[in-house]
Amino acid sequence: MLALVLAHFLAAACAPALVRILGPRAFLLLALVPAAAAGWALTWTSRMADGVVTTEVVDWVPALDLDLAFAMGSLQWVMVLVVAGIGALVLLYCTWYFDADEAGLGAFAGHFVAFAGSMLGLVLADDLLLLYVFWELTTVFSYLLIGHDPAKRAGRAAGLQALVVTTFGGLAMLVGVLVLGTRAGTFRISELLADPPSGTAVTVAVLLILLGAISKSALFPFHFWLPAAMAAPTPVSAYLHAAAMVKAGVYLVGLLAPAFADVPGWRGVLLSLGVYTMLLGGWRALRQYDIKLLLAYGTVSQLGFLLVVVSIGTRAAALAGLAMLIAHALFKATLFLVVGIVDRRTGTRDIRQLSGLGRSAPLLLGVTVLAGASMAGVPPLAGFVAKESIYGALIDIARHGEGTGLGTAAGWIVLAGVVLGSALTVAYTARFVWGTFATKPDADRLPAGRTPTGMLAAPLLLAVASLVLGFLGAPETALLAPQADRFPAGDHLESLALWHGPGLALALSTVSLGVGLLLFWRRASFASLQSAVKQAWSAERGYLTLVRILDRTAVEVTSLTQRGSVTTYVGVILMVVVLLPGTALLAASAGGSYSVIGWDNAGQVAVAAIIVVAAVQTTRSRRRLKAVVLVGVTGYGTALLFLLHGAPDLALTQVLVETVTLVAFVLVLRRLPEYFNDTPLTRRRYWRAAIGSAVAAVVAGIMILTTGARTETPVSAAFPREAVAFGGGKNIVNVTLVDIRAWDTLGEISVLVAAATGVASLVFLRTRRAGVHRVDPNALSAAADQTPTHPPRRIWLPASRTLAPDRRSIIFEVVTRLVFHTIVVFSLFLLFSGHNSPGGGFAAGLVTGLALVVRYLAGGRYELDEAAPVDAGALMGTGLFIAALSGLAPLAFGGAVLQSALIDLHLPVVGDIHLVTSVFFDVGVYVLVVGLVLDLLRSLGAGIDRQIVGELQTDAAELEEAT
Amino acid sequence: MTASLSLILAASAMIGCGIYLVLERSLTRVLVGVVMLGNGVNVLFLISGGPPGRAPIVDESDASAMSDPLPQALVLTAIVISLATAAFVLAMAYRSWQLTGHDDVQDDVEDRAIRRLAAADAASDSYDLSSGEGEGELEMPEEEGSPA
Repeated sequence: MLALVLAHFLAAACAPALVRILGPRAFLLLALVPAAAAGWALTWTSRMADGVVTTEVVDWVPALDLDLAFAMGSLQWVMVLVVAGIGALVLLYCTWYFDADEAGLGAFAGHFVAFAGSMLGLVLADDLLLLYVFWELTTVFSYLLIGHDPAKRAGRAAGLQALVVTTFGGLAMLVGVLVLGTRAGTFRISELLADPPSGTAVTVAVLLILLGAISKSALFPFHFWLPAAMAAPTPVSAYLHAAAMVKAGVYLVGLLAPAFADVPGWRGVLLSLGVYTMLLGGWRALRQYDIKLLLAYGTVSQLGFLLVVVSIGTRAAALAGLAMLIAHALFKATLFLVVGIVDRRTGTRDIRQLSGLGRSAPLLLGVTVLAGASMAGVPPLAGFVAKESIYGALIDIARHGEGTGLGTAAGWIVLAGVVLGSALTVAYTARFVWGTFATKPDADRLPAGRTPTGMLAAPLLLAVASLVLGFLGAPETALLAPQADRFPAGDHLESLALWHGPGLALALSTVSLGVGLLLFWRRASFASLQSAVKQAWSAERGYLTLVRILDRTAVEVTSLTQRGSVTTYVGVILMVVVLLPGTALLAASAGGSYSVIGWDNAGQVAVAAIIVVAAVQTTRSRRRLKAVVLVGVTGYGTALLFLLHGAPDLALTQVLVETVTLVAFVLVLRRLPEYFNDTPLTRRRYWRAAIGSAVAAVVAGIMILTTGARTETPVSAAFPREAVAFGGGKNIVNVTLVDIRAWDTLGEISVLVAAATGVASLVFLRTRRAGVHRVDPNALSAAADQTPTHPPRRIWLPASRTLAPDRRSIIFEVVTRLVFHTIVVFSLFLLFSGHNSPGGGFAAGLVTGLALVVRYLAGGRYELDEAAPVDAGALMGTGLFIAALSGLAPLAFGGAVLQSALIDLHLPVVGDIHLVTSVFFDVGVYVLVVGLVLDLLRSLGAGIDRQIVGELQTDAAELEEAT
Repeated sequence: MTASLSLILAASAMIGCGIYLVLERSLTRVLVGVVMLGNGVNVLFLISGGPPGRAPIVDESDASAMSDPLPQALVLTAIVISLATAAFVLAMAYRSWQLTGHDDVQDDVEDRAIRRLAAADAASDSYDLSSGEGEGELEMPEEEGSPA
C-alpha cells in the first residue's frame, strides 16, 4: 500500500517532464498509476467479502510512536476503488480536455497525480496522525488545482477560500486527533475502533474531528467554498469536488461511526446540519443558470444527504450509505465530465444559451440521462437502489429507534427532510438535463463542434457502471457487509436490491420522484416563490465578514503597535525597563540592606564630575563635532575611572578605541552638515528627558541594591592561580581573553570582520575591496613633480607629494616619519608582553592602527597604501584564520579546542624561550584589529576622499560647460 | 559590598544622557548616544566587580588586593565591539546623507501605509485578494430574480 502511494508521488514528480515531452498525451501514461491502484484493489475483491483486513506497518518516527500504518478493510476498499478508479478515468479524460498549449499543464498534471496519491493515502491510513498528514496534503493540492490558472484572479480567490475553510477545520481536527489519541493511548485507528475511549475529553475531541469532516465535506455553514471552487478546470471539479476530496469527510465519519456514533452531540450535529445542507443545496441548485454551479450545489445537497445516512449509526443505514457513496461518485463524476464536454463543445455553460444540443449529441444525452436518472433515484439505476435502502433504514429508525436513541419525532423529521431533499434532487436533475440538452425557442442554436471519441470514454464508462451496479445488489451487499456488520443488526437484515416489494420505502421513492417532477413542471411558479423568499443572511457573507473583521483588526493592531518609528520602539522598551525592574526595585528596596560610600578615592569624584558635565553638555550641543568631542570626553573619563579602579588593560584599550572612534567620526563628519537639523522644541523633548532620567534612576537604584546584595565569592577568585597554571600568563585579563574565555573572543573578532565588511560595503557599494593605490611617480601632476625627488634630498614621506601643497605640513610629515616605526615596534612589544603585563592583541592592533592613522593624516590616501600595501579584507581574514587555526591546533595533539600549551625551547643563539601557544591566538587578534582599522581608514577615509574628488571634478566640468 | 556613589552617578549620567540622545532622530546623535550609553554600562561592570584594587597581574600584586579581572575581560571585548558598531553606524549615516541629504532616521514606509489604512478604516490588500472583491470576474452564483 505504501508502494502505491509512493508511486503516485513519484509519478507526480515526473509529470512535468512527461507533459513537456508528450503534451496532453502524458495523461494517458499518468492514468496508469491510479489504474494500477484500482487494479490492485480489485484483486482483493473476493477476500473483502470475507471480511479480511490487510495491513502494512513501516516504522517512521519511532520516538513519536508514529508509523506508516496502512490498513484496508471493506470501507477502505470501496474508497480505493472510487478514488483510484475515478482518478484514472478523469486523467484519461484530461488527455482530450486540455489543449497542448495550455499554460502550466505540467504543474497541473503533477498536482493532480499528487492529489490522487494523497487521497489514496488518506483512505488507507490506519494511523490518525498519518491520516491527518494526507488530509492536509489533499487540502494543499486542492488549493493548487483550484488556482491552476495563475492569471485568473477568481481561481486564486476561490482556492484561497477553500484553503482557509478546510484548513480551519483541519486544525480543529488535529486538536481532536491529538486529544483522542492521548486519551486512548494509541493513534492506530484499528485499535481505537476496537476499544474506543470515552469521557468528556473524548466527546470534545470527537466533535472537533467532526468539525474537520464537516468543513471538508462542505456541510453548512462551510458549504460555500465548494460552489466557489468551481473556478477550477472541470476535471478537477469532477474528481476533487464530486468523487474524492469532499468524500473524505464522509469517509472519516463512516470510519468513526461504529465507535463514536453514540458520543453526545454526534447525531445532533450531523443529522441537523446534514438535513439542512441537503435542503439548502437542492434549493439553491434550482436557482442556478450555470450548469456547473447547478451540479456544485447539487453536490453540496448530496453530501449533506450522505453524512446523514453514514453518521446515523445503524447497520442498514451504513450499508445503504456506502451504496449511496458509490452511486454518487459514479453519477456526479459523469455529470461533471459531461459539463466539461458541453463547455468545450459550445463554449458556454449557461442554460439560457444552450439549446438543441440533445439533437446534435445523442450519445452525450444518453450518458447524461443515465447518470441523471441515477442521481434522481430512478429504477433500475444504482442511485435508486441506494436511496430505496436509505428510506428503508430511516423508516426503521423512525419507527423503532434501532438503538440510535433518536425519538420518533426526530426520526420522522429526518426522514421527511431526506424525502423533500430527494424531491429537490429530482427537480434539479430535470433542470440540468433539460437545461443542457433541450431545444429552447427563445435561445439561439449554438454552433456545435465535435467531441473527440476518447473524451466520451470516461463518462460513458461511468454511466454504464451506474446502470450495471443497479443490478448487482446482492454481490454489493456481500462486499459492503463487513463494514455494515460493525454496527448492531437492526430489525430487518437489509440487503441492497432493485425490488424490495411494496412498502413505505417504495411509496416514498415514488413520492420524491413525483414531487420533484411536479416542481420541475411548475418551475416558473416555483422560481417566483424562490425569489419571494428573501435571503437575509448567507454563510458566504458571514465568512467574508469574518475575514474582513480579522483583517481590519490586524490593520488596527498593526498600526497601533508597529508605528514604524525606531524612537517609539526604543521608547517602549525603555518604559518596560522602568516599569518592571523599577517596580521590582521599589519592592526590594523596602527590605533590602545596602551600603554606599561617596567615593573610593578622591580621583573618582573629580572624574565623575567631568563625566557628568560632559554628558549633559553633549545632549545640549547643536554642532555635530562638539557632540562628538564631548562624548569623547566621557570616553576618556571612563578610561580614567578604569585606571583608578585597577584595570590598566581596560584603560589602555579604552583610550585607544576612543581615539580611533574620534578619528572615524571626524572622517565622516567632514561630509555631514555642521549643525544638527533644526527641530522645534517639542514636547517630545521632555518625554525623552523623562525616559532618560527614569532609566538612569532605575539603573542607579539597581546598582546600589545589587551591589549590597552580593554574598558569593566571585567566580574569578580562582583566576589568578589558573591563569598561571593553565594559561601560562600573569596578566589575568589577557589570559582570560585568549584562554579562559577564548570562545567569546573568537566570536567577537568575527563580529569585527562582519562590521568592517558592512562599513566597506556601505561606502564602496559594489565591492568591499577598496583596492591598493601605490604612488606612481609618472602619474603625478606637473606641480607635484617640482618637488625634488632625486637621491641626495630624500623625501620624508613617499606619497605626500600627491597632496595639494597648501594641505601639507612638513613638520607633521617629519614627525610621522620619525615616530611611525617606533609606534609599530611599541605595538609589537605590547602584543608579545601582553600575556604578562598590560597589552595584548587588541591594544597592540589598535596602536598599529593608530600608526596607520598618522600616516594617512600626514600623507593622504596614497600614503596609507604605501604604509600598508595590502587589502584590508584579506588582512582581517588572515587574522581570523590564524586565530581559528591556533584554536583548532590543540586537537591535533589530543587537546581540547583553544587549549593552551606551555613550551620551553632552547635555541642555540637566542637562549631559553618560554612559549605559550595562546600567543598565536593573540597574534590572530592583532592582525585582525590592524585590518579593522585599515579597513575603516580605507573606506571612511580614502573612500570618501575619492568621492569628494569625484564630485569636485564633476562640478568643475559642469562649471566649464556653463561658461 | 559597598557601592561608590561617584561611580554610580557617573554611570547613570552617561546612561540617562545616552538614552536622551538615542531617542533622537538624527543618526549622528543616536550614535553619540549609543557610544555614551556603552561607556556608562561599562562603568556598571566595573561597579559590579567590587571595590578598586591593584592591577590583576600575578606577581605584581597580591591576589587578595587585586581588582576582579572577569568584568574587565568582558568590558574589554565590549569596548572593541563598540568601535565596530560606531564605525558601522557612521557609514550608515554617511550613506543616508548621500541618498537623502540628511541623516535622520525615517519612519518605515510600509508601516506608514498600514497607518493610512487604519485611519481610512480600510482592509488590507490581502483581504481584497482573498475575497476577490472589486472584481467582477469571480463566478458568484447567478440567481433568478437578481438583476443580471
